[in-house]
Amino acid sequence: MALQAIAFYLLAAVTIAAGFGVVSARNPVHSVLFLILAFFSAAGLFVLMGAEFLAMLLVVVYVGAVAVLFLFVVMMLDVDFTALRQGFARSMPLGAAVAGILAFEMVAVSAVVANRGAAGGSQGPLAATPDAPNAEAIGRVLYTDYVYFFQAAGLVLLVAMIGAIVLTLRHKPGVKRQVIADQVARTPETGMRVVSAKPGEGISE
Amino acid sequence: MIIGLAHYLAVAAILFTIGVFGIFVNRKNIIVILMSIELILLAVNINFVAFSAYLHNVIGQIFAMFILTVAAAEAAVGLAILVTFFRNRGDIAVDDASVMKG
Repeated sequence: MALQAIAFYLLAAVTIAAGFGVVSARNPVHSVLFLILAFFSAAGLFVLMGAEFLAMLLVVVYVGAVAVLFLFVVMMLDVDFTALRQGFARSMPLGAAVAGILAFEMVAVSAVVANRGAAGGSQGPLAATPDAPNAEAIGRVLYTDYVYFFQAAGLVLLVAMIGAIVLTLRHKPGVKRQVIADQVARTPETGMRVVSAKPGEGISE
Repeated sequence: MIIGLAHYLAVAAILFTIGVFGIFVNRKNIIVILMSIELILLAVNINFVAFSAYLHNVIGQIFAMFILTVAAAEAAVGLAILVTFFRNRGDIAVDDASVMKG
């Protein structure tokens, strides 16, 4: 149990420190790398809570896809990032005040409420009493009761994919492209011409 | 030292707050704003998984999975908009983006 506590405090500290690094790093590339660290340690927290499937999903989806997408965009755009940091110090006091109040309220509420109700009676997280592996338990519920929501999630991803493609697709003018309809619609009349060439003169174009 | 539900909720609350703080202080840099939104959604996911684990109910994890889906879609579309915006203006300063203002 002590080992679990040590792991929790280590992962929580790394998650929060990396989260702070995301918002305060001078270079956006460092921000993305901090984001990856935050997601990794949050995945560790998920494993600690017994949600192994979601932890692996977090690593695959976020670290493997979303963070790399961010990294691509940050490195592809040639932007002067120092100009974008103007106003950081100016909005710092307001942001810190709002954030401090918000953090105090939420931590206080969670500390008071967490031990009430059904959650107060449980001795530990789900992993303490495994009746089925985590992935199996999720699959049993996801593909039965929540199958329509699962399909809807797929639709959301499809729409996002099409939207991203439509937004970023650019037709450059002056680029020769194959137009299959034009090729198919071509007839012998438009495609060729019969010229009677006189002997000895050839054809002058 | 037993790690209870309140510990995880506190971590999620602090992470959420850091995300809100990031939106406040990086008002010009839309890339960091998008990353702050990702942090906020991660905090929400931690809350869902914590309640799911301590209530011994797997439905919270399913909802967290849907949040993950929507967050990935949001990041993809947001970054696509950002790339288009950069192409049109040559800059990503969003505080003077007022083309669509009536």
